Amino acid sequence: MSTKAAIHHDEHHDHPKGMKHWFTTTNHKDIGTMYLIFSLIMFFVGGIMILGVRAELFQPGLQLMKPEFYNQLIGSHALIMIFAALMPAATGFANWMIPLQIGAPDMALPRINNWGFWLLPVAATLLILPFILALFGVGDGGAATGWTLYAPLSVQGGMGVDFAIFAIHILGVSSVLGSINVIVTIFNMRAPGMTLMKMPLFAWGWLITAFLLVATIPVLAGAVTMLLTDRHFGTHFFDAAGGGDPILFQHLFWFFGHPEVYILLLPVWGFMPQILQTFSRKPIFGYKAQVFSLIAIGILSLVVWAHHFLTAGMPVPALLYFMYSTMSISLPLAVLFFCWIANIWKGALTFETPMLFAIGWIILFGIGGLTGLVLADVAADAQYHHSYFVVAHFHYTLFVGGIMGIMAGVYYWLPKMTGHMYNEKLGKLHFWLTAISFNLTFLPQFFVGLAGMPRRIPDYALQFAEFNAISSVGAFILGLSQLLFLYNIIACARGGKKATDKVWEGAEGLEWTLSSPPPYHSFSKQPTIK
Amino acid sequence: MASHSQKSGHYFVPSSASYSVMLSAGVLSLLSGFVFNMNNFAAGKWMMIFGISVVLAMIFKWMASVVNESEGGMYTKWEDKSFRMGMITFIASEVAFFTAFFGALFFIRIIALPELASFDPEFTLYKGFTGAWPSAGPGGVVLGKTYEVAKFTPMAAWGLPAINTLLLLTSGVTVTWAHWGLLKNNRKQLIIGLFLTVLLGIAFLICQAMEYHHAYTEMGLTLGAGAYGATFFMLTGFHGFHVLLGTLMLIVILLRSIKGHFTAANHFGFEGVAWYWHFVDVVWLGLFVFVYWL
Repeated sequence: MSTKAAIHHDEHHDHPKGMKHWFTTTNHKDIGTMYLIFSLIMFFVGGIMILGVRAELFQPGLQLMKPEFYNQLIGSHALIMIFAALMPAATGFANWMIPLQIGAPDMALPRINNWGFWLLPVAATLLILPFILALFGVGDGGAATGWTLYAPLSVQGGMGVDFAIFAIHILGVSSVLGSINVIVTIFNMRAPGMTLMKMPLFAWGWLITAFLLVATIPVLAGAVTMLLTDRHFGTHFFDAAGGGDPILFQHLFWFFGHPEVYILLLPVWGFMPQILQTFSRKPIFGYKAQVFSLIAIGILSLVVWAHHFLTAGMPVPALLYFMYSTMSISLPLAVLFFCWIANIWKGALTFETPMLFAIGWIILFGIGGLTGLVLADVAADAQYHHSYFVVAHFHYTLFVGGIMGIMAGVYYWLPKMTGHMYNEKLGKLHFWLTAISFNLTFLPQFFVGLAGMPRRIPDYALQFAEFNAISSVGAFILGLSQLLFLYNIIACARGGKKATDKVWEGAEGLEWTLSSPPPYHSFSKQPTIK
Repeated sequence: MASHSQKSGHYFVPSSASYSVMLSAGVLSLLSGFVFNMNNFAAGKWMMIFGISVVLAMIFKWMASVVNESEGGMYTKWEDKSFRMGMITFIASEVAFFTAFFGALFFIRIIALPELASFDPEFTLYKGFTGAWPSAGPGGVVLGKTYEVAKFTPMAAWGLPAINTLLLLTSGVTVTWAHWGLLKNNRKQLIIGLFLTVLLGIAFLICQAMEYHHAYTEMGLTLGAGAYGATFFMLTGFHGFHVLLGTLMLIVILLRSIKGHFTAANHFGFEGVAWYWHFVDVVWLGLFVFVYWL
């Protein structure tokens, strides 16, 4: 029987070769690699979009593009960066590292894992297709609504909104599948003796992320479904004439959207202590405190969503509730920060590229966190809301907290994944260029935001010209310096100095007990943890 | 945690899966076709037909290979536990999906409508609007389109919906009875129980189709009937779609039972479907209370 033969084949199959295997693979490392490569490609696609925006903003007045196209670019930039660059990067690491870190033979549901990845190119196509169709005169380009797709603007929008809605559905299905896999893997695949409280923090961070995704992504799917029916099937969810309410969309969107912030950050908070531990040569400080803080942040993130639209009109008790609950997130987050700092304190520090990124990350992400506290203040938010202050704030949290964190992880684990050391000099250069040009780009945006420059407008008043010019120059340096990152990764994958099994002198954990690169089937015999 | 099979250390990892790439291609064709169709491009319909055919074929092939592996004895307790946890998590995500629509219903009833009715009577756009539920809204011009308030009769709870409640609750009993049969190795009880469950599921779907027909033709209750119409049809519609899926899954399980699949010790396929069916049942109770009754 053919099934029997196929099963027999499976028992003995070795590392398959050739292009075809990439389409059919169920191996967690292959799928992780595909996620990471996809993420890197989309990082550049989203980056190019926003460089178009920064070019337009270099000078006041309309230079390069129509406002509609400008709006399409910022919306697609955000959707691509969040859903197609950051989340797949975190999922790629989860695929690669969680089985290695907990001593599992593979992810628990390999076929689901494979499908979860292959939905991503579908979603990316749906996001980019309207731009290409517009070139041929079909439709009017992408969704010109910003990534938040607020009704009623999105109800009025063109065909691009429909594409964005379905892209979000598909990205959602993909993330839920990935989350189911992570949850099942962590609960069912740990090596004997690997109790939950011995589990590496990266797995903890991802476990909470996965729960948040399962709880919130379907709500977003519901919200955009209502948007779709409001657009095409005559419902009145977001239309006051029919008894609906546009604010309802904001509630549903941000019930997903706020946990989404932590979905992007929790995996990074998970592996960052491991990097600090490695290069400080000190055990992780406050493991339990960190685990409980991660859980507390996960729970709190579900009940604070309305601080994203404090100015939309809400009763005062609701405003106060959302203000205080939002601010209370800073308590567990402060615990995390102090644990990270205490981890470095009096350590035997060395400053390889991952450590540089980690330290830069703590400082810059700290600025992001503190400016968030200001925004949570109901009275102050009336001034900051919808200004460039918000843009600067969430780039300090998401570009630093997300992307620079991921970059630290890439430099940390790349030698383990490829078996080669990356070019340390280029890595350091990449860090310094990124950190400096990032600040050059976004620090001025705090100032123009405070002075009243609104988001999402392609033109601005003359007094903002200097800061915007600086910001645009910074953005182009930031974009170009990522080519170093790309080059370094490709060079490292193709060859270079052999990496040892442990790679870093101070590295701790199961993944460093395997060869570099690890065998195709990592733990066919599970290790026992004492 | 450390189950027996885990000690032997071998977890079944399927060798390769070409379904998912094909499935994704089908999904792309289906969804982009749907967008074209909604925006009045002729090609959309054909892309949808092609896409849905590919999707269905791939789901069928995928499930077939899982069934073959299961019957080929490839799954031990360890894999079985993964499937169970996966199914529970999946059902949790479905609960979250319905939460969005229930949330919309509660928000509109408790916050949005009273607010629309509470504007200063002298300046309000919505004179005479009380915001009482069921409501199709105050009417007016939004986005340049005039919306005439729909005249409709709300769906009464104690007619067809009550019968539907009875049908679904009974089907929850029959599927559990079938499960008892499976556990006692009484195949006849298993097959009869499943058959009855499928029948009850189909009866529910027929009743709902009648209800919809009645609503559209005689009660003026349509998808466009303001907040009531929108929440009513989206909630009951998505639930009905889940009943349809559940019934299809039950039919598959019934056919597999007739073929002699499942043992008292190893029957995740059966239990996964049974859990799903109970979930659909519980959602219905929520619908009955909050959409039809209160």
